Amino acid sequence: MEWAAGNLGRILGLAGQHFVLAAVPLVLGLVISLPLAQLVRRHRAWRTALLTVSSVLYTVPSLALFIILPVVLGTKILDPANVIVALTVYAVALLVRASLDALDSVDAELTLAAQALGHTPVTRYFLVDLPLSLPVLVAGLRAVSVSNVSLVSVAALVGMPNLGILFTEGLQRDFVTEIVVGLVGILVLALLMDLALVLAGRLLSPWARLVPASVPRRRSRA
Amino acid sequence: MPEAMIEFREVSKAYGASIAVDRLSLDVPRGQITVFVGPSGCGKTTSLRMVNRMVEPTSGTILVDGRDVSTLPAARLRRSMGYVLQAAGLMPHRTVVDNIATVPRLNGVSRRQARARAHELLDVVGLSQGLADRYPAQLSGGQQQRVGVARALAADPPILLMDEPFSAVDPVVRQELQRELLRLQQDLGKTIVFVTHDIDEAVLLGDRIAVFAVGGRLAQVADPEELLRAPADEFVAGFVGRDRGFRHLGFYDDGGLSLDETPTVALSQLGAMAPAEWTVILDGAGRPAGWASPVSPGTVVTGGSLHRAGGTLRSALDSALSSPSGRGVVVDDDGRFLGTVAATAVLAAAERRRAAVPEEA
Repeated sequence: MEWAAGNLGRILGLAGQHFVLAAVPLVLGLVISLPLAQLVRRHRAWRTALLTVSSVLYTVPSLALFIILPVVLGTKILDPANVIVALTVYAVALLVRASLDALDSVDAELTLAAQALGHTPVTRYFLVDLPLSLPVLVAGLRAVSVSNVSLVSVAALVGMPNLGILFTEGLQRDFVTEIVVGLVGILVLALLMDLALVLAGRLLSPWARLVPASVPRRRSRA
Repeated sequence: MPEAMIEFREVSKAYGASIAVDRLSLDVPRGQITVFVGPSGCGKTTSLRMVNRMVEPTSGTILVDGRDVSTLPAARLRRSMGYVLQAAGLMPHRTVVDNIATVPRLNGVSRRQARARAHELLDVVGLSQGLADRYPAQLSGGQQQRVGVARALAADPPILLMDEPFSAVDPVVRQELQRELLRLQQDLGKTIVFVTHDIDEAVLLGDRIAVFAVGGRLAQVADPEELLRAPADEFVAGFVGRDRGFRHLGFYDDGGLSLDETPTVALSQLGAMAPAEWTVILDGAGRPAGWASPVSPGTVVTGGSLHRAGGTLRSALDSALSSPSGRGVVVDDDGRFLGTVAATAVLAAAERRRAAVPEEA
């Protein structure tokens, strides 16, 4: 505890870097996945292809990606862009599937209603499909958020500053406290990001928690 | 007949080898309710959806107000017609006002104006202003359906397309909504195409009824009275139903139905009398309270349905058939006893009416 108090500034700094490295790919992943999902949604073959590619991408070990990307991108090994690109790839791999599930979760009857009312494809996507798929989408984002926080710590192995550094340092110095602080820090960060996503989801879709009363009432009549 | 607002010209729709709509030619008159009725899979909903291009016909033309719909941009065409779906189809993520304001908003009306119009429409469809900011999940099925109608009316379209709008609510609410629709239509005079599989609903609501048969064939177009009296073929006769003869009596008023004198007794005197025949018990205001039976003196036997003078022969016959004495009790508009009527007298009246209707060639 004393150690943590004494190094609070540094720990918070690492946590901040950790957060940026985890959050930016989450946002980028979403921005890339949603249009991709919409693009392949109506085509069975494309859809299957995209899901297969994204599954394969996700199996590439992160450490390998952290080392290969500087070569591919021409960046320095400690450039945060490497981590951001790598995690964006993983985020897209997961979020493409989540986005498709989310869009599929929209009741076909409502899609039909939107069409009948005179929505254009664009207004329907932004005013109907997207808001209605939000609850399922948030569930997908939460999974990716946790996965990102954990993957960022792997980048500490190549020296990228984040809370994972506390592991590598603690290991080298045989200093358990530092390892524990790193672990707790990562857990807290993951929980805080998860909480933020849950709150944002609730704020943006207050309707989703209402108990539907739409089931026709049955009255028995003699 | 008023001029046609919507014209189907040899319209067919095929899905692969299966024919959903088979060379449909039909005029939908302006300002009236035209009901498409038929069993499931008869093409009635497909026909409705071809009007606003949610389904494109395989061949043939549909004219709305004289213009071929296939030449009009689909989204704008749809916004020019109100659409009411089964189970309302309200957007669960929008409040009641915002649901109603959908089409004006799509048409570029400002949010404030669209909402103001939505509030007006709550009154029109008989919903309390207190529901304005609720979400659809917080409404009953009947309320949701009213919101659905309000949403269809929001841009004041001349045409309403209604796709089995009341089939998902319970019978009591359905009756309420049907009456409400007829009341609205009296004020609004829209051209309404209403799809249902329920022949009773069709007869109740329709100015004209188009009966669709399996295979997408239009079997008959007629007004309700003619449909029940003279079904065009076996299919229509079968679909219209076994008791169509009885229901047809609903088109005859009870003019000329003579009432019989029947002994009456005041409710307060009931204990003192031993009736020699079935006697109508009247309350203090002269309204029937039941029957006194010759076999069990002193007790009140619950009566059958009451027939209001000026009603239909259907209600007169039902009152006679449902009465414990076999005599229907006839009351005036205030519910006061006028006399009784026997089933045979109602049937005789029906017979005279039938004879008065000229046979169709």
